[in-house]
Amino acid sequence: MSPALPDGEPVPDDGALPDWVAQDRRAGAARALGVYLHVPFCTVRCGYCDFNTYTSAELGGGADQAAYAGTALAELRLADDVLRRAGRVRPVSTVFVGGGTPTVLPAGDLVRFVAELRDTWGLEPDAEVTTEANPDSVTPASLRALADGGFTRVSFGMQSAVPHVLATLERTHDPDRVPAVVGWARDAGLAVSLDLIYGTPGESLDDWRRSLDAVVAAGVDHVSAYALVVEEGTRMAAQVRRGRLALPDPDDQATKYELADDVLGSAGLSWYEVSNWARTPDHACRHNLAYWRGADWWGFGPGAHSHVGTGERSVRWWNVKHPRAYADRLAAGRTPAAGRELLGEDDTGLERVLLGVRLAEGLPVTALPPGGRRAVAGLVADGLLDGRAAVAGRVVLTRRGRLLADAVVRDLTD
Amino acid sequence: MLEVVEVGGAHGTMVLPTPDTPTRAVVVGATWRPAPHAAGRAAPRAAHVTSPVRPSTGAVLSPIPSTAQTGRITPSATAPELLRNFCIIAHIDHGKSTLADRMLQLTGVVDARAMRAQYLDRMDIERERGITIKSQAVRMPWAVAGPDGATQPYALNMIDTPGHVDFTYEVSRSLAACEGAVLLVDAAQGIEAQTLANLYLAMENDLAIIPVLNKIDLPAAQPEKYAEEIAGLVGGDPADVMRVSGKTGEGVEALLDRIVDVVPAPTGDASAPARAMIFDSVYDTYRGVVTYVRVVDGHLSPRERIAMMSTRATHELLEIGVISPEPIPTSGLGVGEVGYLITGVKDVRQSKVGDTVTNAGKPATESLGGYQDPKPMVFSGLYPIDGSDYPVLRDALDRLKLNDAALLYEPETSVALGFGFRVGFLGLLHLEIVRERLEREFDLDLISTAPNVVYDVTMEDRSVITVTNPSEFPGGKIKEVREPVVKATILAPSEFIGAIMELCQTRRGDLQGMDYLSADRVEMRYTLPLAEIVFDFFDQLKSRTRGYASLDYEPSGEQVADLVKVDILLQGEQVDAFSAIVHKDKAYAYGVMMAGKLKDLIPRQQFEVPIQAAIGSRVIARETIRAIRKDVLAKCYGGDISRKRKLLEKQKEGKKRMKTIGRVDVPQEAFIAALSSEAASGKDAKDKSRK
Repeated sequence: MSPALPDGEPVPDDGALPDWVAQDRRAGAARALGVYLHVPFCTVRCGYCDFNTYTSAELGGGADQAAYAGTALAELRLADDVLRRAGRVRPVSTVFVGGGTPTVLPAGDLVRFVAELRDTWGLEPDAEVTTEANPDSVTPASLRALADGGFTRVSFGMQSAVPHVLATLERTHDPDRVPAVVGWARDAGLAVSLDLIYGTPGESLDDWRRSLDAVVAAGVDHVSAYALVVEEGTRMAAQVRRGRLALPDPDDQATKYELADDVLGSAGLSWYEVSNWARTPDHACRHNLAYWRGADWWGFGPGAHSHVGTGERSVRWWNVKHPRAYADRLAAGRTPAAGRELLGEDDTGLERVLLGVRLAEGLPVTALPPGGRRAVAGLVADGLLDGRAAVAGRVVLTRRGRLLADAVVRDLTD
Repeated sequence: MLEVVEVGGAHGTMVLPTPDTPTRAVVVGATWRPAPHAAGRAAPRAAHVTSPVRPSTGAVLSPIPSTAQTGRITPSATAPELLRNFCIIAHIDHGKSTLADRMLQLTGVVDARAMRAQYLDRMDIERERGITIKSQAVRMPWAVAGPDGATQPYALNMIDTPGHVDFTYEVSRSLAACEGAVLLVDAAQGIEAQTLANLYLAMENDLAIIPVLNKIDLPAAQPEKYAEEIAGLVGGDPADVMRVSGKTGEGVEALLDRIVDVVPAPTGDASAPARAMIFDSVYDTYRGVVTYVRVVDGHLSPRERIAMMSTRATHELLEIGVISPEPIPTSGLGVGEVGYLITGVKDVRQSKVGDTVTNAGKPATESLGGYQDPKPMVFSGLYPIDGSDYPVLRDALDRLKLNDAALLYEPETSVALGFGFRVGFLGLLHLEIVRERLEREFDLDLISTAPNVVYDVTMEDRSVITVTNPSEFPGGKIKEVREPVVKATILAPSEFIGAIMELCQTRRGDLQGMDYLSADRVEMRYTLPLAEIVFDFFDQLKSRTRGYASLDYEPSGEQVADLVKVDILLQGEQVDAFSAIVHKDKAYAYGVMMAGKLKDLIPRQQFEVPIQAAIGSRVIARETIRAIRKDVLAKCYGGDISRKRKLLEKQKEGKKRMKTIGRVDVPQEAFIAALSSEAASGKDAKDKSRK
């Protein structure tokens, strides 16, 4: 979750969708529905992290972890009411539990949420149900319990295979544990993804290669690799300010991105989004693809964003950020939504380009505004867009283009 | 008959005298002799001054004339021998305004309560900067006993003078309106270069000089030391340098007495056609142009038609009067009097400083002389940061022009900066003041290009091109380039002689002479190309002398110099705003400096961008902005999308404000930073005016 909530208009107490979304039942029914559940707890907070998460020390008494599943289910009842009134209830295609560290909750809590979801809206037969996890917060038994409860996929925050890099990131797990937890998850029948971070201060190119090799050796079918961003307000930002840590160098990160793409590519993993690689298209994270394709999703939990659209227009809202405020709102029978934005055609068009360009599938040239279409040839000439795809009428980034995707988007949305 | 009035804390109660109150004796003191001075400078005339010693008889006396006496100094009907016209020559911060305030108070023109601090400085900027840009004249009554013991009323006209190098011409006109000058020097700081320059100007105008040390109440005051310095400059005995405190009022009455005693009464032919010199003109929103004049001959009366001798334009005299301290209409102005005229004209260009006003019906045949058109010495491009403000800037300049005869401008287009104006100024302070007024009074955000001087370029075919914008410097066969030169005077503690010489050397200066003002203070005279002063000279001078040096300069013709134009190219495209005309020996340094600066200021692009400095087609310096390799946010999930879209919208807005040079997108901020850290303009002028 992003650190600060956007500015928006207020949401009615009952959380009702705006009229145009509510009235357009036909358009709504055909769209895939995803569910995100945010678990705002961690045992420790890592120095680089600006996510909406809390340690028990930070929270103090009150909004405790034990009651959290129950609170999230209260939001599910409210959500059901809202979608039902709008005639938009349908089975869920994908579920993603993120955090925080979802696995600080007992597996039973996560399973209970999925079970209630199945009872309320239904899950599609081949639904993808993912949770994030820390390598040191799972056991063979907990992973088995998740799989038994309907989870199909787990994404481990590995970040690096190199101890000093993990130490700088203030990650507590033992890197040697990663192959083991991957094995346990596989044994439980879960698809496995590993998350990596590159460009951590002090990480050499060799360090990075070691992490990539470790991922390849683990034999997973999905990898996400993110360039480290030193976010305002984090402990790491303070360390950078005091000169204790160097700011990540974008050129170094670019080199590491290229290395990742090379190493993962030779291991049979291809990029399908700027920061994501999968063995086959079937191994891609369908839940995240739904974000990038502008589908509908309901985000449960503090600070979570939701999005419901009709194709041309949509509404996005976001919940209050603090777990206690979140719990209090629901306890009072009110929507936990803090605000929302109504997106017209221009906004959804812009989002479609900025999200679609990040995907290997790209987007049709016809989805671009006129200025963007005119920019395509130049971007091909500059080696940022794939020429063959452009001839075929699609906008697809080259590898250099992936590294400059934001600049490309600026040109394509002119 | 006694009247008791409050005149401010320091003085407590003062008792106004009756007409027959006995008055003080005035001792006629030493005669000042010209100081032995540098060859080539006009010898100052001997000034007759009275002793600074004011007898303390114990009697409570007031020098404000009685009602009966006041009748003899009615404006328009005052005998010239009862008039005294003087100005105060002082450096910024040396307390001129405070002293002037004190005089207004002591002469009863302004009472303590109505006193705004520094009454004479009208405009906010002037007050903030502690300097006076526009001069005014205030008429004050004063009474002094003559040698025969009888009290005589006098009308003193205090003519305020601008205190800055850029306004030398205006200063010279103000001085020409006076017969005497108070040389006011801070007793803690000694004389400064600009004061010295104005003092020489006053001496050349044959004014009676009254040397005065101010701020004697300050603990840091060193009156002995600086009295000696001043005595050395104007001639005479250090003991005769008056000592006052504008703040406490100490010595100010004695000073007024001495003004009456020492400053010669004006002379003129009352029956001749009127001739009055304009020494200032100010645009007033309600009244139109208010013109300040000093009548030399004849008489000006309300409702008559007057003529400007330089333009032959005639106007009806709607109002004529004196300032005391607010405008008071009178039945005219006679020989030697100082006051204001209102004709209803709306532009100060119709009422030019230095021009002679005469009666339209019976015009004088000869003007008073000395009139010059203001000549801009320094040019700079002014551009609105927001291009849509261009019409606002145009209107604002049109407005300022009404009040500033020296302001010249014409529209200009820059590839880098868009639409703006090339504006001519008297000097750097003038530039800074205009810029600040535009920003403050018209709410404009402006970029100003590095100031430059005017060059005359003679081509091989003998044609001459005047260059006010470096990017217009011609290519092709150039025979010679001439640049303006100034005579500069630098005053500094003698320990800095070496540092100053070194600086002036690097600025192509020629040492013309050097004199010790006192054991440890020196006056150095240089000729320097104006362009070298315009380019961060003050900053350098200040930093090399720990802020102790002061500088004055005046135009002194032009010289042929080995000058070239250095262009800055971005990916092969010339960036007009950064072209500069520099001496051949400095072209390389300029090129390296500017290319380096732009390299740091221009964001990396998707391709490599070479920055070159070139003279004509010859590249003399090169830097490269490496291509950006990464411009992508790694994560973009459900909760990031709103933020990401808003960021994109913001970036797109930002992109609109970028200037594209060739293919290179340059943020406006980069131009501003490159130009403003140029140092030449604002900062120096500010530093200079504040100290």
